[in-house]
Amino acid sequence: MQIRYAVFTPILCRTQRFNCAINNTRLQMLFTQTVPGAIYLLATVSPRLDRYITLVKAYKMSMELDVFVGNTTIMDMEVYQLWLDGLTVSDAVKVRMDEGALLECEANPEVLTSDTMDQFRTFQMCERLLHSPTKLGSQLLYQIPAQNQIILIERYYEFDSVFAREVLGKKLSKGTKKDLDDISCKTGITLKSCRRQFDNFKRVFKVVEELKGPLVENIQRHFLLSDTLARDYAAIVFFANSRFETGKRKLQYLSFQDFAFCAGQLISYWTIGAMDSMMEDMDVDLEKEFLNELKDLKVLVNDKDMMDQHKILVCAALRGKIKVYKLMEVNFKNLSRALVNLASKLTHTKDVRDLFIDLVEKFIEPCRYDRWTVAEITLFLTHYTNAAHCLGTFRHQMIWDRYMGVIKSSQCSPLLHLSLIKVNYLSPTPSISSVSPPVNILNELNTFLICKL
Amino acid sequence: MPGKLKAKIVAGRHLPVMDRASDLTDAFVEVKFGNTTFKTDVFPKSLNPQWNSEWFKFEVDDEDLQDEPLQITVLDHDTYSANDAIGKVYIDIDPLLSCEAATVISGWLPIYDTIHGIRGEINVLVKVDLFNDLNRFRQSSCGVKFFCTTSIPRCYRVALVHGFVEELVVNEDPEYQWIDRIRTPRASNEARQRLISLMSGELQRKIGLKVLEMGGNAVVGYLQCFDLEGESGLVVRAIGTACTLDKLSPGTAPNTTTHTNTHTLPNTAPTSNACNSPSKDSKEPVFSEDPPHSLSGPPTPLRTLPSSSPPPFSPSKPCSRQSSSSDTDLSLTPRIGMGSGGSVGKEAGPLKTLLRQHTQSALEQREFPIFTLTCFPPGFLVHVGGVVSTRSVKLLDRIHNPDEPETRDAWWEEIRQEIKSHAKALGCHAVVGYSESTSICEEVCILSASGTAAMLNPRFMREGCLDTGGSDHRLSRQPHPGMVGSERGEGEVSSTWLGFEDASPPSCGFVHIPYDEFNMPFPAQLTYCYHCRRQKVPDVLFTTIDLPAEAEVTGKGCLIQARLCRTKKKAQGEVNATSISNLLPFMEYELHTQLMNKLKLRSMNALFGLRIQISVGENMLLGLASATGVYLSALPAPGGIQIAGKTPSDLSYDQHISTMQKRIDDTIAKNKELYNIHPPKLFTLDPEAFTGLNTECIEEVVGSPIPDRQRSSRLFRSTSESSDELSELDLSHGKKDAFVLEIDDTDAVEDIQSLLTDAPIPAGFYSCNTEVMPGIHNWTSGLQMFTSVRVYRLSNANLTNQGLNKIFTDLCENLLKSLYFKLRSMIPCCLCHLNFTVAVPEEELIQVAVTAVAMSFDKETQQAADKALTRGSGENEEQLQFSMELCGESTISNNQPTAKPSGVPESAMVHSSRAPSVDYGSFADRCSTWLELLRLKAHTIRRGSVKTISSSERCSPLPEGRSRSLRSTRSLPCGAPVTVVKMTPLSFLPGTRIVKYLGIINMFFIRETTSLREEGGVSGFLHSFIAEVFAMVRAHVAALGGNALVSYSMKECVFMENPNKNQAQCLINVSGDAVIFIRESDQEAIPPLLTSRQTSSTGADGTT
Repeated sequence: MQIRYAVFTPILCRTQRFNCAINNTRLQMLFTQTVPGAIYLLATVSPRLDRYITLVKAYKMSMELDVFVGNTTIMDMEVYQLWLDGLTVSDAVKVRMDEGALLECEANPEVLTSDTMDQFRTFQMCERLLHSPTKLGSQLLYQIPAQNQIILIERYYEFDSVFAREVLGKKLSKGTKKDLDDISCKTGITLKSCRRQFDNFKRVFKVVEELKGPLVENIQRHFLLSDTLARDYAAIVFFANSRFETGKRKLQYLSFQDFAFCAGQLISYWTIGAMDSMMEDMDVDLEKEFLNELKDLKVLVNDKDMMDQHKILVCAALRGKIKVYKLMEVNFKNLSRALVNLASKLTHTKDVRDLFIDLVEKFIEPCRYDRWTVAEITLFLTHYTNAAHCLGTFRHQMIWDRYMGVIKSSQCSPLLHLSLIKVNYLSPTPSISSVSPPVNILNELNTFLICKL
Repeated sequence: MPGKLKAKIVAGRHLPVMDRASDLTDAFVEVKFGNTTFKTDVFPKSLNPQWNSEWFKFEVDDEDLQDEPLQITVLDHDTYSANDAIGKVYIDIDPLLSCEAATVISGWLPIYDTIHGIRGEINVLVKVDLFNDLNRFRQSSCGVKFFCTTSIPRCYRVALVHGFVEELVVNEDPEYQWIDRIRTPRASNEARQRLISLMSGELQRKIGLKVLEMGGNAVVGYLQCFDLEGESGLVVRAIGTACTLDKLSPGTAPNTTTHTNTHTLPNTAPTSNACNSPSKDSKEPVFSEDPPHSLSGPPTPLRTLPSSSPPPFSPSKPCSRQSSSSDTDLSLTPRIGMGSGGSVGKEAGPLKTLLRQHTQSALEQREFPIFTLTCFPPGFLVHVGGVVSTRSVKLLDRIHNPDEPETRDAWWEEIRQEIKSHAKALGCHAVVGYSESTSICEEVCILSASGTAAMLNPRFMREGCLDTGGSDHRLSRQPHPGMVGSERGEGEVSSTWLGFEDASPPSCGFVHIPYDEFNMPFPAQLTYCYHCRRQKVPDVLFTTIDLPAEAEVTGKGCLIQARLCRTKKKAQGEVNATSISNLLPFMEYELHTQLMNKLKLRSMNALFGLRIQISVGENMLLGLASATGVYLSALPAPGGIQIAGKTPSDLSYDQHISTMQKRIDDTIAKNKELYNIHPPKLFTLDPEAFTGLNTECIEEVVGSPIPDRQRSSRLFRSTSESSDELSELDLSHGKKDAFVLEIDDTDAVEDIQSLLTDAPIPAGFYSCNTEVMPGIHNWTSGLQMFTSVRVYRLSNANLTNQGLNKIFTDLCENLLKSLYFKLRSMIPCCLCHLNFTVAVPEEELIQVAVTAVAMSFDKETQQAADKALTRGSGENEEQLQFSMELCGESTISNNQPTAKPSGVPESAMVHSSRAPSVDYGSFADRCSTWLELLRLKAHTIRRGSVKTISSSERCSPLPEGRSRSLRSTRSLPCGAPVTVVKMTPLSFLPGTRIVKYLGIINMFFIRETTSLREEGGVSGFLHSFIAEVFAMVRAHVAALGGNALVSYSMKECVFMENPNKNQAQCLINVSGDAVIFIRESDQEAIPPLLTSRQTSSTGADGTT
């Protein structure tokens, strides 16, 4: 029996038969186009014996090692995103195939896998450097063009706001890290990605925690992040440091961006750096002295004369300008008391942590109940603040401005803003924002379908 | 005497944490040179120490300066236990020894540890004060410049080319010494790194000495290789081309420089006599007789001296000869003057030999008329004969006396002699584009050498030589350049004597056959040159050189690869060696066949940059041939491929044949389109031009571009049954009516399959293994050098040749595909200098390493191309300042043309009988000669062309160089931005101008790990190692003040793993030339004489 070979694949795309003579024996040969990867050995037998034995033997070669190193490190930013998202190599390959990577350069799955593995390995090796971005610029190991370095860092430190919202205000400790799989389940973000984001928070926090000077600038200097991203990190650091309560159900409607805005306001009004930029102090902590002084504001509600005077001034200013004037007039004392009490309580750490929940419960919810609009509240707060200046006996103008600065801006902006939209959804009055969702959903659905197809 | 080395340790950064308790490090530095060591103070508790040490001064011999590296060790101080080493930096101070290269080494260099890789960086300053040593008995060769570049370095002009220099040094491999059993892997690796660093220093010094003896001042095309022979030792060998280079004063426009002859350096003048020897006619006997002499007995240092020649002669050549055997004598030979005087006293015996042989010496004087250059000025190559190659299988034995590495020397000498004789058989007197390589498996070693047989232009020789050439009428039937000119009449000759301005080469000349058409050394189909119509050209031309600048090419070129795997039985010792040498000829033959077929399939007719690598493993041999195929306009259009069955029997069979034929024809048509090959359809016939032609030729020329006869030009088939059949088959083929392929042969069927399954290159990509792609001119400055390594395991032990072939082919194809995919962002781009290296590190493992550069280009903007063309011509002229010390031995082989075919084997046989070790290769050699002897070609007047530098308009106006930026920023510990260092295997960077060569970079690294899995497995390990090597190369270039490394190559990449023990080890050797370049657009702005500090701005384009 004469055994010869032919190359043969599991998928027989084309078979050609013809006779060949080898060593005076006529053989039947099978030829096929081969698909790279799997190769099988097919042995055929002399036709004289009138039978074929197809002895298909797995005949594989396996790639033991596959490395590509460029003088300039080649990084595909799309693959980088997949890596950041915590995908495995095989998942990433699937995604890339779905995105049509195979159409480029006549690639095949093997090529794509090899490329993806290689890229992932590169990122993994660079990760160490990304932990201290300033090193990335001075290290010699990888020659990465400056603009790519910036993108690498920025993307590495970017985070999902859904995730950030979950972690916001929590202690960045091992305990929290253990809960990441819950967050991962809840948000649909891969655990790997969650870990990276969490570690980033923690790393930034550790570096800037003890540093003097403006928080945002510190972050920018040490992590080379863009302005917006640095501000977001400042918010995260600030919240993590003061451990503000954000997890309560009543606060669930607030997004990360809402809180980030508030954090910005708090930093610029309530910390030491806020008042004296020359002072080499930290932005991270609220100024203790200031919080103590807030007690003095109690006079606004305790002193009956002052309160009445305050009310008269505000009412005079708002009369005819807001629809809810009547309700305001009735509730003024309650509202004012709520705001001033909130301020006076802030000496206790516990109350500082509950700042947001208190604000919502004591002030926003009553307003929402009375169907105030954003503009109305803004107007009210503006005049409420200004009116205090006109009170002859009120001597704590500075503290008052600092305090109300935060309340005013955070009220007229996200905190209240979003809460009112929520209310509008329920209310019969149509608002602009209520029209858009269906359109958005449709669009989203479309993109989704297109991706899947 | 004579040198003071000064080093200063400035600072460190990014150091690793050595003290777990404090998370800090107490670092200090030891600076060692030779046996002297200095230490800095301990800089406590910092990862960014600032030592700012005093200047450590070493007063040393210049010999040591060349041999020894400066060794900097960073340690962590430990009060109670031994200090821990953090890592080391080896600094090669050779670049500081030449006044024209770098003056100071200053910058951040990675601290390297063989176990942990790069661990932080150290900032050092190194300077050398050198006292000039005029002692002619000196051992050192400071000041000789080394270039890896295989063309004339860009900012130099060649005054003289002296010829071949070679040297090798051997030592015991520390890895195999007894002490290795008791020392740590780190100590062992460091011993090895240090030894190799020492050996390459010594090698370079010795080669430098030879160059000085020859009267040169530089080595171009310096190629250094390591042979890790395991138990039997460690060999470091190098070859190069000795030249006298003049620095081009930047103000001078290249074309105004006058004739070279007047520029020869004074000390080179005496060498001219070499060409004057009156012994031309006695050369032929030398040819067959001499090699044995050269191999027999003790070295005969001066045997080749032409003692009778009246003019003073240069001792350099004999010396180079001698020194290949023993270099101690060499160095005593006076540099200038009557060299024999000194040596006669020393060795009387050799002198006798010398006298006896003096008549033959004219040829022998030019010991090996071999050149490692691959790029020449236009007109330098008169004719190209074809590829000559030699392989020899040797059994390694322990080198007993490292100081006298006679066996290794003799092996190589033997091979070079054979190469030379092959060239002679082709009617050529020189070998260009020469390279040597080895493949070692256990105790068997295959030595290979290959080059291109060529005739060089006497115009580039000195006056004396020209006379000789002219008077050599008797021999002139050979197309001796001078005579060819006169046969053509018409002032060609006269132009020869005048300068170079009017030296527009007989443009198609280099493809014309150098051998005698009636006594062709091998069968070939000759036609009249399609360009000048006067001279004969072969139908196909294979060469190892780059495409000459003046060659006229139709369309574009492409990479052509032939791949082959052959199983062999495991065996030991001689049996093994014999079986390998039996396999070799067939492998060469099949590779050649594949190349031919693929060439025809692409409708091309010439191969450049051919490199055939044969690697030996325990149970298989791998063969990989790569070359760049082009369509040379002066050669006939290639025929197609026709399939024929010997005994057409049934219908389906015929049908099958015709289907196959159709597929092949379709592919050819497609390829023509793809590579834009549209040769002129028909020539207007000039009747006069054809008078006297024999009918056969007329028929061919007049016929359709693809005459039927030619169309069926033969396709070589290996019969692999018996050797006799092989040679007969080959010899007779030319005469027979050619057929293509007998389909009754399984191998043939397989061949067709493989022909057709070669994956097409994706749109927007081109690839070649030469410096640049023919047909592409407008390069942009975007380039990306890369190295890719793959290792495959063949998991089934039951391998057949064909199965292996398939696997190997797929492997290469997939690798290429991956590269294309990786680099897709650079489209349109061309992968240049694609250099594949295959190895069989273990049984059933195949390792393929590729190094190349991807360069993007602009889709034709014609103005740019035109511009490049004019620029190119300027440049060419600059290169014309080239003269060459070469005597008129072009005619040698003509004496007894018929004797030649037999002469080759004869000499080969003599070799083997006398060679100090077993030679299994002679048969292989013989075969390879026949197979490789390929043909010639025409070239044309177009003078711009491929080598041109792309136009600068698009280039960013920002100067890239930030050389020496460290000087200004040194005070900043961490903040200094990193210099962008470009790396390329080519000798140039598109869109830029190299203004200074700073010296050669030649580095050897070992990396080992005992935690392979933790480092990301084998891929992770090798990936980071290669990245580290790149980083260290870049850092050293930057420290020299450079901003690019050209002619980069990775000579060695040996990877060993033991996954079970979680261990792996890798050795890498890289080399290249550190340079400073400026963008072309800046040329006017920046004074060409480079001020040491260039204004810097961050590299404008991200690539590189």
